[in-house]
Amino acid sequence: MCLAIPVLIKSIDGKEAEVEMGGITRQVSLFLTPEARVGDYALVHTGYTINILEEKEARETLRLLGEIAALDERQD
Amino acid sequence: MNFVAGFRDPELAGGLISRIRSMSKTPVRLMEFCGGHTVTVFKYGLRQVLPGTVEMVSGPGCPVCVTANADLDKVIYLAGIPGVIIATFGDLIRVPGSRSSLQKAQAEGADIRIVYSTTDALKIAAGNPARPVVFLGIGFETTAPTIAASIREAEDRKIKNYSVLSLHKLSPPVIRAILASGEVKLHGLICPGHVSTIIGSHPWEFIARDYNIPCVISGFEPVDILQCVDMLVAQVEKDESKVEIAYRRGVRAEGNQVALKLMDQVFEPCPAYWRGMGEIAGSGLKLRKAYERFDAECIFDIKPGPVYEPAGCICGDVLRGVKTPLDCRLFRIQCTPESPVGPCMVSSEGTCSAYYLYGEDNIGE
Repeated sequence: MCLAIPVLIKSIDGKEAEVEMGGITRQVSLFLTPEARVGDYALVHTGYTINILEEKEARETLRLLGEIAALDERQD
Repeated sequence: MNFVAGFRDPELAGGLISRIRSMSKTPVRLMEFCGGHTVTVFKYGLRQVLPGTVEMVSGPGCPVCVTANADLDKVIYLAGIPGVIIATFGDLIRVPGSRSSLQKAQAEGADIRIVYSTTDALKIAAGNPARPVVFLGIGFETTAPTIAASIREAEDRKIKNYSVLSLHKLSPPVIRAILASGEVKLHGLICPGHVSTIIGSHPWEFIARDYNIPCVISGFEPVDILQCVDMLVAQVEKDESKVEIAYRRGVRAEGNQVALKLMDQVFEPCPAYWRGMGEIAGSGLKLRKAYERFDAECIFDIKPGPVYEPAGCICGDVLRGVKTPLDCRLFRIQCTPESPVGPCMVSSEGTCSAYYLYGEDNIGE
């Protein structure tokens, strides 16, 4: 029930935003993330953005996990 | 950027599985608190790829599952009041209370609308000004701020026929209750990702400090869960217990301060009754006095009658991590997703539902 989906913020009109997820656009409320800007990625839960996703952190996590996987292949 | 595909990458998963297998020496029992994590664990067969030293147990993190029959009876009673429109997330509609369910009440004529968001519930209220619209506030810290937002919006837009039945639950107090009972011995906790998006990492620190149990906050993709298990096993092997955030793209240590402030404006902590765990102090949220005109408990005289529990159902034990669905005499026989006896079989993220749908090869373990 705490499901939240990553979306891209396409446009902002006051406290509302149009967001895109997997090719679908819909309206969400920015009430909980007033810092949101067009072009940000956000997590949406029940029609509200609950935070702005950290793109840099996502890339860094994937890079670290890639190193672990590469290490594993070398050991094989 | 695609925030999903990378965290489902089989190569990244494989690297983590190898590392966990070579690192894990001490047998550990890890609990995933969140029902969303339970679904990922089962859907991707993660229990099967982990070494024998790593046991996974499911926790109480399914809001529909932990809602007590006494509260479900209130919901169903409200639905039966002439003129009332109930607005609810879909998960709740099939959960049986003592005598009925919202689905049965709907068949008998109650006006129940499934909504995706509280903003939809506000639209229904604005469009039906002569009828009371009650939103069923069920959920953890992830959901509560969105419901607080709807109350603030109803206030701003002067929507007077909108109210909330607040059955919200708080996550850290229930984990404290489970650990304090000593019923289940845990060596690590997979902390809920989106609850922590709101509350941050600090509210989990008592677990690491007071119980010496490592805590890692996880995302919801299979690679996220494996990364979390990897970090928990590493802490156990180093004899450490601290709170770490694996889900760094979605969680900051301080949480979402705007959401926390809003929650605190509208709600205050109260005792709450949990299925299988009884009353836990400070584990619920009720509307503050300043907002009581939006509180369904204050507006309606709710008298649902005596509470009955389904005979033989062990959902309460399953939610505490003490038993698994395989210990239940009703599982797969009388209790199925088509004809559920207990809430853990109804909810898509309930442990019984996950065992039923994905756990075939666990039978007989």
